[in-house]
Amino acid sequence: MLELHIAGRSFARPVLGEISTTVEPGNRICLLGPSGIGKTTLLNAIAGLDPEVPDSAIMGRRQVRVGYLFQEHRLLPWRSLRANLELVGVSAREADECLARVGLAGYGGYLPDQLSLGMARRAALARCLAIKPELLLLDEPFASLDPVMAGDLKRLIEGILDANPAMAMICVTHDGGDAATLANRLWYLDGKPARLQWDSLIEEPDQIVRLLASLRHTGQAG
Amino acid sequence: MTIRGGASKQGRPPLWSYWIVLPSVLALWALMSWLIRSPLLPSPSDVLGTLVREASSGDLWFHLSATLRRVIVAFVLAMLLGVLIGLAMGRSIAINALFDPLLVLLLNLPALVTIILMYVWFGLVESAAIMAVVINKVPSVAVTIREGARSLDFRLEDMATVYCFSGWQRFREVWVPQLFPYLMAATRGGLALIWKIVLVVELLGRSSGVGFQLQLAFQIFDVATILAYSLAFIAVVQLIELVILQPLERRSNRWRKPEQPHA
Repeated sequence: MLELHIAGRSFARPVLGEISTTVEPGNRICLLGPSGIGKTTLLNAIAGLDPEVPDSAIMGRRQVRVGYLFQEHRLLPWRSLRANLELVGVSAREADECLARVGLAGYGGYLPDQLSLGMARRAALARCLAIKPELLLLDEPFASLDPVMAGDLKRLIEGILDANPAMAMICVTHDGGDAATLANRLWYLDGKPARLQWDSLIEEPDQIVRLLASLRHTGQAG
Repeated sequence: MTIRGGASKQGRPPLWSYWIVLPSVLALWALMSWLIRSPLLPSPSDVLGTLVREASSGDLWFHLSATLRRVIVAFVLAMLLGVLIGLAMGRSIAINALFDPLLVLLLNLPALVTIILMYVWFGLVESAAIMAVVINKVPSVAVTIREGARSLDFRLEDMATVYCFSGWQRFREVWVPQLFPYLMAATRGGLALIWKIVLVVELLGRSSGVGFQLQLAFQIFDVATILAYSLAFIAVVQLIELVILQPLERRSNRWRKPEQPHA
């Protein structure tokens, strides 16, 4: 569904090197790598938010509906959850259904700032779902949540992916455990400038842990 | 973002606090006029008498409405132009670089110069008067809105891009709420400045309005009329503040304190 041919991306210094890969329907990709290596930069480029990365570098994006779960909820704080969902083009009834799917039934009239961090992130996830995305981009979805909330959200996302087998996902994380539960494909970003050091499907969860250990080791050695 | 945040956190001040300074000034004025006993400092009751006389003869309403009409027309035009220019300059570095020198020039151009030039070039007509006021006000609106446009949250911009907001949605739902404090600042400053410039415009070249009446009163040193007309218009501006601006502000700031009734 997507063909990436990113020539590189620099802010003051080169951040991303050449990146060529594809994303297929049903791919559940976890994008791992050291902090500050450019994972969010790559995600923004894929989402079409980076004016320096031309459209031709992300072939097929215009035909794909993209739902992006940002690190912050990025709901409009002056609009209720229902109104926030309606803004992406669904009816009030569909908005309430989407909120119910993420466990926020009855919260449609609340303002985003009245919710806890975990609830606000689920509300933002409901907005992703509202557009019936073919590609789900998640930027550290479990960061700064307590283990219980993070676990709930992980199961929620897993359930959504299982219910929509054709949906592709790219999830930025630096926790190998997230990858073990969610991913069927792994991207490992590292180097200066950063390239995909590893890009392949994974068959069994154990493989990820071993793989990460060896990748991190090479990263430090290099 | 929180221009009024500091004050609103501590709740409302006690009611009596509004009723100390102004009544004291009024009492002082009454005392002074009683001591001096000169027509150059009429007493508050003289001014009130003049106000009632002008109101019952209809003159007050005629001139007040003439000034108010000019203020409203000039205000709407200045806000529209100022917001457009401010947004463009705040969002585009190139446009800002192009027009910034002109903006600085206009900001520092004395109101009187614009008024004289407009009257000289276009004659003593209504459109020249309005144009002079608008030219005086647009730069300061633009500067305020430019600050607002520069501080727009890029995170919400990205969100609006990802979720394919239309241009109107982006303006109405993302920009206007963020620009609201700046729009209010421009509105408040605008009203106060515009009505003062309108008076000068009227004094120099119109035959109606508060400014015109002030000129007549000035010629015969009729201080009571000068004060009566000024106070009448200040009352009008205060009314606009109470009836339009403050309710609008309360409505638009509700989301900032969401623990309260909205929940």
